[in-house]
Amino acid sequence: MKKAVSLLIVVIMLVTFSGLASAQTELSLWYHGAGNEIERSILIGIIDDFNASQSDYTVALEEFPQGSYNSSIVAAALAGDLPDIIDVDGPVMPGWAWAGYMAPLNLSEGALDDFLPGAIGSWNGEVYSVGLWDAAVAIYARRSDLEANDIRIPTLDDPWTGDEFDGILETLQATGEFEYAFDVGMAWAGEWYNYAFAPFLQSFGGDLIDRSTYLSAEGVLNGDAGIAFGEWWQSLFERGLAPGTSQDGADRETGFIDGRYALQWNGNWAAITALDALGDDALFLPAPDFGNGSTIGAASWQFGISSSSKNKEGANAFIEFAIQDEYLAAFSDGIGLIPSTSGAAAISEYYSEGGLLEVFFELSNRQALVRPVTPGYATMGLIVEKVFADIANGADVQDTLDAAVDEIEQDIEDNGGYGFEM
Amino acid sequence: MSYETRERLSLSLRYALLILIAAIFIFPILFMVMSSLKPDLQLLRDSASLRAFLPVGDISLNNYADAFERVPIARFAFNSVFTTAVSVGASILLNSMAAFSFAFLQWRGKAFVLSLIIATFIVPFEVVAIPMLLIANNLPWIGPQGIEIGWLNSYHVQIIPFIADSLGIFLFYQYFRDLPDELVEAARIDGASIWQIYARIIMPIAGPILATAAILKFLIMWNAYLWPLMTIRSEELRPIMVGLQYFFQLNIAWGEIMAYLSMVTIPVLIFYLALQRAFIESIATSGIKG
Repeated sequence: MKKAVSLLIVVIMLVTFSGLASAQTELSLWYHGAGNEIERSILIGIIDDFNASQSDYTVALEEFPQGSYNSSIVAAALAGDLPDIIDVDGPVMPGWAWAGYMAPLNLSEGALDDFLPGAIGSWNGEVYSVGLWDAAVAIYARRSDLEANDIRIPTLDDPWTGDEFDGILETLQATGEFEYAFDVGMAWAGEWYNYAFAPFLQSFGGDLIDRSTYLSAEGVLNGDAGIAFGEWWQSLFERGLAPGTSQDGADRETGFIDGRYALQWNGNWAAITALDALGDDALFLPAPDFGNGSTIGAASWQFGISSSSKNKEGANAFIEFAIQDEYLAAFSDGIGLIPSTSGAAAISEYYSEGGLLEVFFELSNRQALVRPVTPGYATMGLIVEKVFADIANGADVQDTLDAAVDEIEQDIEDNGGYGFEM
Repeated sequence: MSYETRERLSLSLRYALLILIAAIFIFPILFMVMSSLKPDLQLLRDSASLRAFLPVGDISLNNYADAFERVPIARFAFNSVFTTAVSVGASILLNSMAAFSFAFLQWRGKAFVLSLIIATFIVPFEVVAIPMLLIANNLPWIGPQGIEIGWLNSYHVQIIPFIADSLGIFLFYQYFRDLPDELVEAARIDGASIWQIYARIIMPIAGPILATAAILKFLIMWNAYLWPLMTIRSEELRPIMVGLQYFFQLNIAWGEIMAYLSMVTIPVLIFYLALQRAFIESIATSGIKG
């Protein structure tokens, strides 16, 4: 009889515990990094740690290739089939939030205090996403070239001024040693144009749109500052200082390393290759200051929560778990991107004090300006992308900027202000 | 200039032109295969010179090994072969039956239905993709847990919507229409049923158009990209073309892309070469252009 009772207790316990185990709620997570083995293994490590750290939730990962990820999300939203946790590219986030794909995050007080500004995705007064890393752009140079031409090495506190920078380009071009003095990356048509070139416009004092209202670009894109930028931008190509829109993608990849370009405007993701090729001779320098401060773009991929998630509490818990410094540093060490917090930077291989890429963290911290935080950026970005190309190809600066302003404002009007009070 | 010299010159010119045209088609493939053997930096440096078409420099199969590590190629290849094979087989059967009906059977509204089908030629897939997605998301299916709603994330969502296709029906119809009526009449007099006429009289002589329809359907299915992107969530179900996107990271792996493309292109070339004679015959005899 005793045996039978014991057996019954064991059975009841087994049933109870297996019931508890199956009571764990599964959180679906969609991620853009398919094909990046290092990124994948780090993310799986975080998921495993999270799943083991508590008994309420398990996270299930689905990976998508980056180039087609946004299309997959939009299709899933149409089909009402969004996952609990999504990752989203920084400039795309406002559009998805406005379209109702995303819900605001609900993280603990102070959870984002140490974060780089570009890694926090805010829209309409609420935080919708947070990035595990950021990216930064710098001027790639060779110390030996600068010293040979008596060019001072700029610092974050004392960057090259606009005139100084322009003179340096002329000097380097005049040496005859380089095909071009400055490679801005015209071969990388697409979002690179806005991410990388808009900071020049902003340093001149212009912008893509008036950020106080997000309703008008008049006088901001096509004002005096915009025209001054446009004329300088066009002159880069007219004077033969920079390769134009016909630049070959292969030249973009190898031109600086092979010594055919004196300076190159490039992101931190290319820095390791440059260091491998040039060693100590490689320099990563801050953007020039054209009068309104040195500026670079910001905001990379970030985690957010879908509005249709039935497990928002669990999704928030996972995101808060994933943004611990040790994980941010692991991503940085693995794929070379900038950790989102100073705490993570301090323990990372490349961005800690004396690290090979330390300069990029400060660039991101002090010069970063996110792209316009509006759902309208998706269209605005395409319009301005064409502006950069057209002006480089010789189009009339004033006419091109005026036409772009008209297009941007028409799109805003057509979309009822994209959620901003008209 | 003698007649013979003129003929020889003319022949030489024609050959030169043909060689030039052949080179235009062959060089991209040569570039792809040669580049797949080179490290990224060398590949990019060689791309502006004739070296791009030569197996020179640091040659290895490393890109192939790396591509296999980055992408579950075997799984993706299986998915593509499976969905393509089933689609091609089913579409040949269904479309030829439909065309047979249009060509040889008498039924009310036949001309109207045929013109409706042909009219769908002008509607690009991108236009109907979203309505198709919404429909597929609400269709029932019998799965392991009984009746389920929604076809997303499955093999059948990659196959069934593409079985019936207006181009296939039109190709078969055009071919059947040119066959002599006596063939069918004689079979009917001999007591053959409609199914027997279809299976034993018409289809056995439809080889050239079968090859054409199979090649065209094969290409559409093998190159499927947008639809799987919209409907497939799980890596285990993805076709091979979506896998190409795996290589476009922040630092693009050009050598691996070329290796992957070389591997993806080979089955297409084999399939085409296997059916080439029938395909050309079909074009020559029926005036159909693929």
